[in-house]
Amino acid sequence: MDQPLYQFIVIPLVKIVVILGVLSLIVAYLTFFERKVLAYIQVRLGPNRVGPRGWLQPVADALKLLVKEDLVPGGAQKFVFMLAPALIIVPAFLVFAVIPFGPATRLFGLLPEAIPPYLTDVNIALLFVLGISSIGVYGIILGGWASNNKFSLMGALRSGAQMISYEVPMGFAIISVLLMAGSLSLVKIVEAQQSSHLWFIFPGLLGFGIYFICGVAETNRNPFDLPEAESELVAGFHTEYSGMKFAFFFLAEYTNMLVVSSLATVLFLGGWLRPFPNVAWLGFLGIVPPFVWFALKVAGFIFVYLWFRGTFPRYRFDQLMHVGWKWLLPLSLANVLLVGLIVLLVKG
Amino acid sequence: MSEPFETLFEGEEMELSFGPQHPSTHGVLRVMLKLDGEKILDAKPIIGYLHRGTEKLFEKEPFPQCIPHTDRLDYVAAATNNQGFVVAMEKLLGITIPPRAAYIRMILAELQRISSHLLWLATHAIDLGAITPFFYTFREREEILDMFEAYCGARLTLNTMKIGGVPFDLPDGWVETCSDYINRLPAHIAEYETLLTGNRIWKKRTIGVGVISAEEAIEWGLTGPPLRGSGVKWDIRKVFPYDRYDEIEFEIPIGKNGDTYDRYLVRMEEMRQSARIVRQCLDRLPDGPVMARVPKVIRATEGMVYASVEAPKGELGYFIVTTEKATEPYRCHVRPPSFINLQALPDMVRGRLVPDQEAVIGTLDIVLGEIDR
Repeated sequence: MDQPLYQFIVIPLVKIVVILGVLSLIVAYLTFFERKVLAYIQVRLGPNRVGPRGWLQPVADALKLLVKEDLVPGGAQKFVFMLAPALIIVPAFLVFAVIPFGPATRLFGLLPEAIPPYLTDVNIALLFVLGISSIGVYGIILGGWASNNKFSLMGALRSGAQMISYEVPMGFAIISVLLMAGSLSLVKIVEAQQSSHLWFIFPGLLGFGIYFICGVAETNRNPFDLPEAESELVAGFHTEYSGMKFAFFFLAEYTNMLVVSSLATVLFLGGWLRPFPNVAWLGFLGIVPPFVWFALKVAGFIFVYLWFRGTFPRYRFDQLMHVGWKWLLPLSLANVLLVGLIVLLVKG
Repeated sequence: MSEPFETLFEGEEMELSFGPQHPSTHGVLRVMLKLDGEKILDAKPIIGYLHRGTEKLFEKEPFPQCIPHTDRLDYVAAATNNQGFVVAMEKLLGITIPPRAAYIRMILAELQRISSHLLWLATHAIDLGAITPFFYTFREREEILDMFEAYCGARLTLNTMKIGGVPFDLPDGWVETCSDYINRLPAHIAEYETLLTGNRIWKKRTIGVGVISAEEAIEWGLTGPPLRGSGVKWDIRKVFPYDRYDEIEFEIPIGKNGDTYDRYLVRMEEMRQSARIVRQCLDRLPDGPVMARVPKVIRATEGMVYASVEAPKGELGYFIVTTEKATEPYRCHVRPPSFINLQALPDMVRGRLVPDQEAVIGTLDIVLGEIDR
């Protein structure tokens, strides 16, 4: 086997398969995790019938969705209706091509040379993430429009307005990280947090808050879950979807939660770094492998998502816009100014 | 088929048939909405999907057998429905019920009010996106239903009052169970309030939504919490006391602004007041029989009567007309609070947004069983 083939075809293929497989599994079990966490918040037990302690519930759900009748409503734009679920799930998974789960590793000596556990490290990774994840909104809008249902249409319109509004302050929050790291590469951003002895959440607390609020809004989760508010719009943009097409929307939502959480981990919580990465006497924390730190941080964010869902009522549409444009946008701009000033003073 | 499409594209307005199968219409209410984007230009409630001809059925049933039909009017508050009918019949026949029966009735009715308000809170909160209060309130409601089951064997359609009293005395240990529950209830209500009352989003969704002034509320004939939320101190238990409510101390909570938030606070306080009433009833529970002397076959004289009780949703009245020596009503009209309260819906939502409609339907606390009858 010659070197380029090995380096450019085999290794990336293996990585793609592993990332996709693990990610699908995580997303499937995320639904289980959500149901369990919500259940415990709500004084009940959650799924506990399928398999030991309910651990096979996601399998049962997947089987159920696979064998369900796949309906296309009369009067629907058939092609667009079919296209929409793909348009939403593909970008959601695509983002994980650039998310760095850990530093180059030999997997406890199993591999002859150190291999980075992420698919690729492009120098514009952050732009790539923002660009790709924005495509997801097309899936929602087209799906809602093609369903030929008024509730779907309203959900789609809400979603479009919401995602565009919240992408602006989110972008500004990310710019504050750029100012601190000086790079768009996610790997470089993590390394910058190591070399500056500091997770970016400490200087960028405001930016972090704005980023996470926008992230919740971007993923259409409570308290910003207006596009699928079941008490108003039945199920919003995916009202008419059934079977596996519905499952794609569902999985995309959870994958997007993972995207937002992973990105927050990378940008603000030092990615795979252990807490206080350069403090020597905390060195024993290094026993835990870097990707476990990464997973723990992501899990923490996911838990906050679910906690929100168990606690908050839902915003009204105009109030959501109000929060986005009148509060988050000016705040995020001020934050850019503030962080810029700090960077200027510290770095000279 | 052509008709809705014509209106669909006229002047950018959209017609939306909201219900009868919809998660937040609390049954089979259908609202025809005329929308401009998300703004509601007009709303028209369409009812009748649950019509069972209850009032007509009354005319074919002997008086005692009318009571099970009243269970099915406001099916989440059967005890107060029973109470309304038996109070009207007793007024017609001139029966005085024994004090113990009256106290048991009050205990059942107030527990029913608490359970109905708990259900209202659960569904109202879930309509506004807060899903957790639902499970907390159902935990407490469950205990009330258990107590009903211990008392009369039924949990929802209780059929628990008879003309002249109540069918059974309280079973052994019931008073202690109820007493224990009433002691714990205020802490539970405080728990719901921590989740909602001070919550910014909850306030944003409810303050200033579905406002109705005191004058308008009276003009529409609203009763119950929708009327009291607008600041009118009107409670049948105080103004026309029935059973033994005149012997009990309690406050009538009122709101100020007549918005959804005020009605929410009114109902929360009503639950506390109901707990207070139950506490007093349990403490003073007199001994004695639970049924007055009533003939086996009840025969009425010619006459008519209107009597009302304060149901959880408002004034529940029964207007009964009888003929000489009749064993069944000649005519029985029910004045259901939900039906009258629902009238205010178009006025309360006009010019507002679609999500406000859920808040308003929730805050009116309607039950389609008694709207359609």
